[in-house]
Amino acid sequence: MAAEAAAPRRSAGRKLAGLFHGRPRLQVGALLAGPVGWLVIGYIGSLVVLLVTSFWSVDALSGEVIQELSFDNFEALWNEPVYRDIIGRTVGIAAAVTVTDALLAFPIAFYMAKIASNRGKAILVVAILLPLWSSYLVKVLAWRTMLSDGGIINWALEPFGLNGPGYGIVAVWLVMSYLWLPYMILPIYAGLERIPDSLISASEDLGAQPLTTFRRVILPLAFPAVVAGSIFTFSLTLGDYITPRLVSSDQFIGNVIFNSIVNDQPFAAALALVPIVVMIAYLLVARRLGAFEHV
Amino acid sequence: MRTDARPARTAWVVLAGLVVFMLVLAGCGGGDDDSTDGGGGGDESGMLQKLGKGEGEVNLISWAGYVEPGWSKPFEQKTGCKVNNKVAGTSDEMVKLMESGQYDGVSASGNATARLVAADEVDPVNVDLVPNYKTVFDDLKNQSYNTFDDVPYGIPHGRGANLLMWNDSDVKPGPTSWDVILDPAKASKYSGKISVYDDPIYIADAAVYLKTHEPDLGIENPYQLNEEQFEAAVNLLKEQAPNVGEYWSEVEKQISGFTNGDSQVGTTWQYQYFALLEEDQPVAASPASQGFLPKEGATGWSDTWMISNKAKHPNCMYEWMNWIIEPKVNAEVAEWFGEAPAQSLACDETENPDFCADYHADNPAFWKRVYYWETPLADCGDGSGDCKDYNDWIKAWTAIKG
Repeated sequence: MAAEAAAPRRSAGRKLAGLFHGRPRLQVGALLAGPVGWLVIGYIGSLVVLLVTSFWSVDALSGEVIQELSFDNFEALWNEPVYRDIIGRTVGIAAAVTVTDALLAFPIAFYMAKIASNRGKAILVVAILLPLWSSYLVKVLAWRTMLSDGGIINWALEPFGLNGPGYGIVAVWLVMSYLWLPYMILPIYAGLERIPDSLISASEDLGAQPLTTFRRVILPLAFPAVVAGSIFTFSLTLGDYITPRLVSSDQFIGNVIFNSIVNDQPFAAALALVPIVVMIAYLLVARRLGAFEHV
Repeated sequence: MRTDARPARTAWVVLAGLVVFMLVLAGCGGGDDDSTDGGGGGDESGMLQKLGKGEGEVNLISWAGYVEPGWSKPFEQKTGCKVNNKVAGTSDEMVKLMESGQYDGVSASGNATARLVAADEVDPVNVDLVPNYKTVFDDLKNQSYNTFDDVPYGIPHGRGANLLMWNDSDVKPGPTSWDVILDPAKASKYSGKISVYDDPIYIADAAVYLKTHEPDLGIENPYQLNEEQFEAAVNLLKEQAPNVGEYWSEVEKQISGFTNGDSQVGTTWQYQYFALLEEDQPVAASPASQGFLPKEGATGWSDTWMISNKAKHPNCMYEWMNWIIEPKVNAEVAEWFGEAPAQSLACDETENPDFCADYHADNPAFWKRVYYWETPLADCGDGSGDCKDYNDWIKAWTAIKG
């Protein structure tokens, strides 16, 4: 029975195999058609729709899009000082979070890659990945409670006569730095792992001070990994709008997009292009710095 | 090593191909110019003519506290329609959710109804299929926010005013005017502790305040503001902004703000007020003796259950619209939430016999001082002049928060 059922299928399979035999282009084409199609339609296609939409305008009452070319959205973005403030604030926080995470992540990653035993390494990797298993929202709400007036941060600082940051831009920086730290540690760890210990020994044998070894050997080799990690922290911060909503009253690019999207999709689309442009510029710089060479 | 250059070149060729494909797509997108006009109401074609058998479930969008197990469970038992409810925090969110076409109905406020009709998202309601509609208070029927071109587009749910709430142990004496959060001199006393609703429609609260305090502006309707009136309201809120601790649109956010001591005074809804009282928080709001209103009056809402024109469960939705204004149910809803019922017969069913009197359910004069949410329109709603439309309100709101 099984043989009977399998026989015709096998011959169809044979036929198909015959079709591909000796045609490497067809093989590659069939292999890539799915993923490339997905990439083009799902990712690039939606970006194109976004770009096109940003040149349209909207009917005030129904929120219906008027499909006529207009530069009003970009003019508003350029002329209204409030949008410049918001874009500056968002990019500034993204940069601050990236620098903070890089400074925090490097020593941890270095310890993991070069000093810790295998067991310690495993424990640390789990410890870093563990926060990623819990919901993003739960973590932000936990920070909201901690940062509140009667929260644990104020309670802990009170004996020293200090006050916590409360809700606001500092809170956003703190929470984002916490949230995205694992995305910085893991690439740096992977980058440092790949530096052979012999290079460090060689540097020592040639008489370099530890600091010189770090500056002249380790840092240049690990730098592409830092840049790779920074792409995560930077882009994730750039796009977030829930954290600012929950721990501050400051508006970020994402918040304005969220507020415009019901009534004015074209304006939301125009604004959404800002982080894309910023990211493209960032990636070009990152490429210059060699982030894509070994990662 | 030898293949180093080739993959790079192939990648560039692929990329170039993608760009060309993208441009072709863009051309198609741009040329696709057959935008359909959303028709402005009076369209009875989609209206349900005859009530059929329930479809087994109904998907609702509602304000917090409108769909609670206390009355949705008995509804499920009676009709066999399982209730799936999605709570929304702002009218914008409701409109967005309705546009998804996944929901059968929504408890829309007046600043969503006109937009839903204009965007052609909802159907008129055949009130003959809603027997309880007959005894709804007359001053809730055929209003500009629920009836378009003389065709009713929904079933009134209830109405109320937005509250001024404060922490009784921090704010003394209890304020009787909105100036406690809007007059810069007084508001600075609670700087960083003021909690304000995060929605462009809050500009109307400033307009209500200015209506009393700057009569020269000649504000009639706080939702239909001309350039000068709008400017004044926006400037007032820009002065308020540095004193605001939190802008809220999720009820939980405001509740935690008052519980943790981050907020001391602000605008709220009955839902949060009663939730905080339940937690024994020392909050207070304008008492019944002041008619629940600060002296300027207040913005408020008169909500309407509307049915989506893409409803997959229209029969269950009609059952729901009839159920929510069933005298007993409407009384329960109104008392639970703390709002005036829409159903006149509900007043005989309330646990507190004075409830309807306290909440002015049958007192049209009281509601003159409550300005129900409306959609701001360029023609001032009656074609009378040059007003700021809702897009201007949204942009101004972004600028206010800075």
